[in-house]
Amino acid sequence: MKFTRRDVIRTTAGAAAGALGSRFVGSPAFAQEGLKYKPEEGAKLRLLRWSPFVKGDEDQWLANTKRFTEATGVEVRVDKESWEDIRPKAAVAANVGSGPDLMFVWFDDPHQYPDKLHDVTELGEYLGSKYGGWHDGPKQYATRDGKFVGLPLATIGNAIVYRESWVKEAGFSEFPKDTAGFLELCKALQAKGHPAGFTHGHGVGDGNNYAHWLLWSHGGQMVDESGKVAINSPETLKAIGYAQELYKTFIPGTESWLDVNNNRAFLAGELGVIANGISAYNTAKINKDNDPKLAEIAKDIRTTNLPIGPVGKSVELFQVTTAVIFNYTPHPNAAKAYLQFMFEDPQMTDWITSSAGYCCQTLKAFDNNPVWTADPNNAAYAKASATLRPNGYAGPLGYASAATMADYVLVDMFAKAVTGQATPQEAMEEAEKRANRYYRV
Amino acid sequence: MAVPSVAAQPRPSMLSRISESRNALGFGFMLPAAALLLVFLTYPLGLGVWLGFTDARIGRPGIFIGVENYQYLWNDNVFWLSVFNTLLYTVSASILKFVLGLWLALILNENLPFKSFFRAIVLLPWVVPTVLSAIAFWWIYDSQFSILSWALQQMGLIDHRINFLGDPENARASVIAANVWRGIPFVAITLLAGLQTIPQSLYEAATLDGASRWQLFRYVTLPLLTPIIAITMTFSVLFTFTDFQLIYVLTRGGPVNATHLMATLSFQRGISGGQLGEGAAIAVAMIPFLLAAILFSYFGLQRRKWQQGGGD
Repeated sequence: MKFTRRDVIRTTAGAAAGALGSRFVGSPAFAQEGLKYKPEEGAKLRLLRWSPFVKGDEDQWLANTKRFTEATGVEVRVDKESWEDIRPKAAVAANVGSGPDLMFVWFDDPHQYPDKLHDVTELGEYLGSKYGGWHDGPKQYATRDGKFVGLPLATIGNAIVYRESWVKEAGFSEFPKDTAGFLELCKALQAKGHPAGFTHGHGVGDGNNYAHWLLWSHGGQMVDESGKVAINSPETLKAIGYAQELYKTFIPGTESWLDVNNNRAFLAGELGVIANGISAYNTAKINKDNDPKLAEIAKDIRTTNLPIGPVGKSVELFQVTTAVIFNYTPHPNAAKAYLQFMFEDPQMTDWITSSAGYCCQTLKAFDNNPVWTADPNNAAYAKASATLRPNGYAGPLGYASAATMADYVLVDMFAKAVTGQATPQEAMEEAEKRANRYYRV
Repeated sequence: MAVPSVAAQPRPSMLSRISESRNALGFGFMLPAAALLLVFLTYPLGLGVWLGFTDARIGRPGIFIGVENYQYLWNDNVFWLSVFNTLLYTVSASILKFVLGLWLALILNENLPFKSFFRAIVLLPWVVPTVLSAIAFWWIYDSQFSILSWALQQMGLIDHRINFLGDPENARASVIAANVWRGIPFVAITLLAGLQTIPQSLYEAATLDGASRWQLFRYVTLPLLTPIIAITMTFSVLFTFTDFQLIYVLTRGGPVNATHLMATLSFQRGISGGQLGEGAAIAVAMIPFLLAAILFSYFGLQRRKWQQGGGD
């Protein structure tokens, strides 16, 4: 429901609503022009978000939430869950029709239960037109059939994190930009006792990011534009062959790695190269005053985007998170007002800044946030929303793309082949069979 | 002699007749329990079975597709791998838990100093929440920071870290070991309770007859403990067969599905992947195994000869 500033003033003229009204008028965020939603009488909201990897993100989100409560009187309870547990929680909430009013979900979750989500097209279009438009990748995750079923909140970028001194020691003056040079570097690093490590285990983020990069950088794809499974291809075989070579240079144990293993091993000085969000660097940077070893690592860390493969351009997955409002909420207007408030400047600017490179903006107007130039290591994550390729490429997002990724079809294909449990051909055919199941052939 | 008038005696109302009927009263008392069973057991079970015959997805009820889910699973290598893993996990872990638990129970049944203290210690793994113990094992098995690998290296027994969770065979053994550690207290304490119900006089009589320690165990302890063993092992098998948390935290079914149990695969496909129908079908496929375990225990308990230590 739209309401103008005049409506607000009229509403707040009543004595009973006087106090609340004065807060609305006095709030800079609510003094701005644009779409307005009037929260339902006595509305309270519950938001379930993922546990932060960078503390500043959560602190600022809570601070912005407090500002919203002060401005509107709407209390918002913010709960958090381990990020890998968000997907099942959201699925259950959608199916059961009960749970938090709002949730930060991952990847193509909104495409699994679009009918259970509140239509926020009006708000999505308003924010897009006000803030320079949405980046296409995150927008795809949040829209279905032309409607916004959620608001693309952020992209968690993934980049190469490496030790500069070790790369130089391995004989490379700069980090290789292509996959061939990257393989040579990993071989040299292993010879020097500073191996690389990329997860072949069931790591929701790291495992999928790495597997999709391997496939896409060699021109492979899970499905074609029409959604027909196309994994059985010479390009996939090339990707598997490359993965086998790269795997030989890894630290042992990457088949069992989940999402946190690479951070830990890297920060312990066991690894020369990982692919990760900014969190590994952030941890070293934040704790450098308390730990001389971390101080040394933080000084030596450099970041760069993953190498470009035979396909000739940068193609990466990245984790995208979308803020959704469930249909069952009794306070949809309050929820929309909350999301609008959080996406508006200065809240969004403050949040991106405090996230210290972890959360990448989805609205183009925030591209020039100072955080991306504040530290040279943040730059590799700055364009995550602009460059990402959604999973299920080149087909549409939906049940099938979500299920295929959740079932680790691609991750297992590479893991099987690199560990010698299957030949590349067998691994690829197994993946094709499993993908066909989800794409219902 | 005057015949008393029938009409003079008021006919008891339906309500009072029901309230005085023992059958009706018993039925009434059973109703809440029956309702609870219906709501919390029968309905979910029935819904699960129904979902297994549909292509339901998260957020979509789905349509009846007959046995298509089961046909797919029949030809699905990962499903059969999960069946194999589940059986291996259940059988190995249950046997180990029984042997070690019985051994511990027998020790704790002796007149040891600080007996209560040791009994409390034995219970610890059972008291710690599963997720916490899984996280502890995660560190123990970590490919880079395993304290076990470190200790063995320090002792000069190995020259490289053990790939506990990365190698399929190692991973299976590792998750079984974690489950055994966690499950022993249940078996040990329950069997200990059973041991303490065996009259001391039987041991005294057998000792006077010249029975050896093995004969005491074989012909006194074991027969009288058999009903407790049957119940304990039934529960132990059920808990192990349906285990989820340990695997979810330790490996998420990896590496390459080598540790996927039917329960974890059902969750992965049904909830994370949104394929409710297929996830339900995997869960339903667990029922025959669970029923077999329950029936084995049930009929075992009925066998008087078995209870008395005889064979079949």
